[in-house]
Amino acid sequence: MENKRYQLNSQLAQMLKGGVIMDVTTPEHARIAEQAGAVAVMALERVPADIREQGGVARMSDPALIKEIQDSVSIPVMAKARIGHTVEAQILEALQIDYIDESEVLTPADEECHVEKHAFSIPFVCGARDLGEACRRIAEGAAMIRTKGEAGTGDIVEAVRHMRAVNRGVKHLVGMNDEEITPYCKEHGIPYEIARQVKELGRLPVVNFAAGGIATPADAALMMKMGCDGVFVGSGIFKSGDPQKRAEAIVQGTAYYDDPPTLAEVSKGLGEAMVGSGVNTIPEEELMAGRGW
Amino acid sequence: MDESAEAKNDHIGILNLQGGIVEHQDHMMRLGVACVPVRRKQDLVGLAGLIIPGGESTCLGRLIRNAGLDREICEAYEEGLQLWGTCAGAILLAQHVNNDAPHLGLIDITISRNAFGSQLASFHEEIRIPELAAESIPLTFIRAPKITKVGSDVTALGRIDDCIIAAETENILVTVFHPELTSSLAFHRHFAHKCGLTTDCDGKSSLIDPHWSPYSWTRQYQQR
Repeated sequence: MENKRYQLNSQLAQMLKGGVIMDVTTPEHARIAEQAGAVAVMALERVPADIREQGGVARMSDPALIKEIQDSVSIPVMAKARIGHTVEAQILEALQIDYIDESEVLTPADEECHVEKHAFSIPFVCGARDLGEACRRIAEGAAMIRTKGEAGTGDIVEAVRHMRAVNRGVKHLVGMNDEEITPYCKEHGIPYEIARQVKELGRLPVVNFAAGGIATPADAALMMKMGCDGVFVGSGIFKSGDPQKRAEAIVQGTAYYDDPPTLAEVSKGLGEAMVGSGVNTIPEEELMAGRGW
Repeated sequence: MDESAEAKNDHIGILNLQGGIVEHQDHMMRLGVACVPVRRKQDLVGLAGLIIPGGESTCLGRLIRNAGLDREICEAYEEGLQLWGTCAGAILLAQHVNNDAPHLGLIDITISRNAFGSQLASFHEEIRIPELAAESIPLTFIRAPKITKVGSDVTALGRIDDCIIAAETENILVTVFHPELTSSLAFHRHFAHKCGLTTDCDGKSSLIDPHWSPYSWTRQYQQR
C-alpha cells in the first residue's frame, strides 16, 4: 500500500478520537447511533452477544445489509472480516466501506496468518491483547488498533486487562536502554522498527480504541482514563433497555471521562443495562480474545 | 494559562469534545500561540478565537447542545469571538447543511456532508493561496464535505474544480480540509492573525514546518 494512503487512513482514525463506535444490525439502529453521536458504526448481522449465544460459524455480514446501512448514515461505516480472510476483506473494500475490522468476534479463517493489510487501500483496525500483538498488526498495515476485551459479555475486566498490558509494554520500552530493545522484542514478538517508534513516541504510533465489554458510560470513561483514544461499544447499546438513551450517555461519558459530576448526571436513569455474562463463567474454548495472536 | 493571559484575550480555544484536538494544539504550539481546551461555558471567557476541529459533526453537534455551548458560542461570536471550523467544524458553522438541519448556523454557506465519497476517496492536494503563503499549501481531505454555495458577504479563499474548499467572513473561517494534518502552518497563522495575535512565524516566507511529521500529534500525549 502506498505510504500516502496509509497516512490518510491513520488520519481518519485520528479524527475519530474521543468518540464512540457502535455496533448496529439494521439501518434504523444505524440512524439511532448517528443521532446519539456515534463517530462511526460497525455494520453487523448479529451483535457479539448473539453470536456468543447462537454459536455456529460467524462470517462477514451480507453485503446487501452493509450497503443499506451505508445508505442510511453519513458517518463512517465499518464492517468485520474474519481473521486472515483476505477475500472477505477484498469484498468489503469493493463495497467501499470506510474501515475494515479484522475481528476475533467472527470465526477465524486462518489460524496462522492475518490479512496482509499493506496490499489494501482501505484502512484496517485490528484487535490486540498486549503491546506485541498491537505492534504485529501495525507491521502488517493496521492503521488503527483496538484492545480486544471480551466481546459480547458486558464485562469490562478483559478490556482493562488488555489496556493495562499495552500500557505496561509501552512503559517498559520507554524506560529501556537501546541495547535492551532487541531482547525485549524477541521475547514479546514485537517487530523491531515498530518498537523503536513506540519508544520514541511514548505510545502506539496509531490511534488505539478500547473494545469488548463496555456497557455503561462509566465503563467508557474508565477506559478513556486508562489512556485509550476512544471506545467501541458492541452489544452494550442495542442489548440494553433504552438503546438511544444509553448510546447518548456513553457518548457523553467518553467526552467527559475525567469529570465525575457530569458522569453522575449522564449515568442517571438509563434503564436496564445488557444482562451480560461474567468472563470467568465462560468456558475457555468459547472466549474470543484468544483468536489471532 | 495565567490570569493576565485571560484578561488580554491573547489565546485561542480548541473545542475539546471529540476529534482532531491535539493536532490543532500542536500546530498552534509551533506558531508560539497559547491554546486552551474548551469543554464548558466558562472556558470561553477571555478567548480571542475558537477552533472547532474535525471529527463527526453529528457527534460534536449533540455534545455542544447537551452542554449548552451552542448558545454560548453564538453569544461569544456576537461579542467578537473569531471562529474557525475545519471539516466537521465547518459543517457546524454553516447556515445551510444539505439534507440536514444546521447546527450553529453562523456563516452563510451551503455545505454537503461527506461529499467526496467513502474513505477510499480521501486525498491529498496542493493549492496556492497567495494571501496566506508564498509557496503552495498541502491540503488533506478526509471524507470531506463540499461547500456548494456561499453568500454575498462570504469570500471564497480556495477552490478545487467546481467546489469551494475554504471561505471566510471578517470573523469566521471555514476549511473543508485539515491543515492540522499537514506540515503547513499557513492556515493556523492566518487564523491567529484574524484573532489579532502575532505568531513566531510572522514575516517568514515559508510556512512549511520541516520538523512536522504525521506522528507529531502524539507529542501532546507525552506532555500529559
